[in-house]
Amino acid sequence: MITKMNHVSIFVLNQDSAYDFYVNKLGFKVHTDAPMGSGMRWLTVCSPEQPTLEISLMPIEEGMMFKGEAAKQMREMVRQGTFGFGVFECDNLLATYEELKSKGVVFKKPPTKEFYGYAALFADDSGNWFSLSEKQ
Amino acid sequence: MEDYPKVYLYRRIVQAKLYIDKNYAENIDVSHISDEASFSKFHFIRQFRKIYGKTPHQHLTSIRMEQAKLLLQSPMPIAEVCFSVGFESVSSFTGLFKRYMHLTPFAYQQRQIRRQHEINSAPLKFVPGCFAEQKGWTKKSNFQELL
Repeated sequence: MITKMNHVSIFVLNQDSAYDFYVNKLGFKVHTDAPMGSGMRWLTVCSPEQPTLEISLMPIEEGMMFKGEAAKQMREMVRQGTFGFGVFECDNLLATYEELKSKGVVFKKPPTKEFYGYAALFADDSGNWFSLSEKQ
Repeated sequence: MEDYPKVYLYRRIVQAKLYIDKNYAENIDVSHISDEASFSKFHFIRQFRKIYGKTPHQHLTSIRMEQAKLLLQSPMPIAEVCFSVGFESVSSFTGLFKRYMHLTPFAYQQRQIRRQHEINSAPLKFVPGCFAEQKGWTKKSNFQELL
């Protein structure tokens, strides 16, 4: 029986810039920041109230994971906003929206009333987009 | 968005919270913040609590604790951490930190330094095997350049 998810990856264009976005703008905590040699780094963050789900900020680089042209194509797709990686939850949508907007987070859609409740859409510094909803 | 109630109110409270987030190390006066936000002190505290689930003072303490946790990842003296995050007394800082983290600042700092040392000396221990394999970080790699 699967009991929980403990790691998930988000592919980013630049790890340093992603660190700044997720930690200084979204307010996530650094879980593990480990230098892996040859300029590589294992960097995971987590939301303040969910420390057991590590979000790995995975740079798109040519190597074992992305061969040849694949890295270039993947970078382009991320940049164009092809991928939506999930839904983040907050206690108060409008306050969170105002705070993130003040910190420079780009919203593709402000808090809007949908048939399922209020939700907003924002993109990270790479182009990955997320939905932001309020705890029901 | 337009049909969302009281947008202007949220904006003022959020700006007050951001002020606390930025100036946590200073001697922050809630009356001054509520004046800036054009609220009475009582109304400001009530609205802040409604949105964030804690009073401005509780939020300030929590920000100071989080900043202290970050500083305690380095070997900085405890008193210096205490004053850097805006506390004026080491004993009240230690007491609050213990209540918040169930550890003294010193014990927390020692734990964090040990963990950082472990990350540097055996980084693979902190990476799930499947990711390490995909990245080509195997146990045969000794990460010598890090040492």
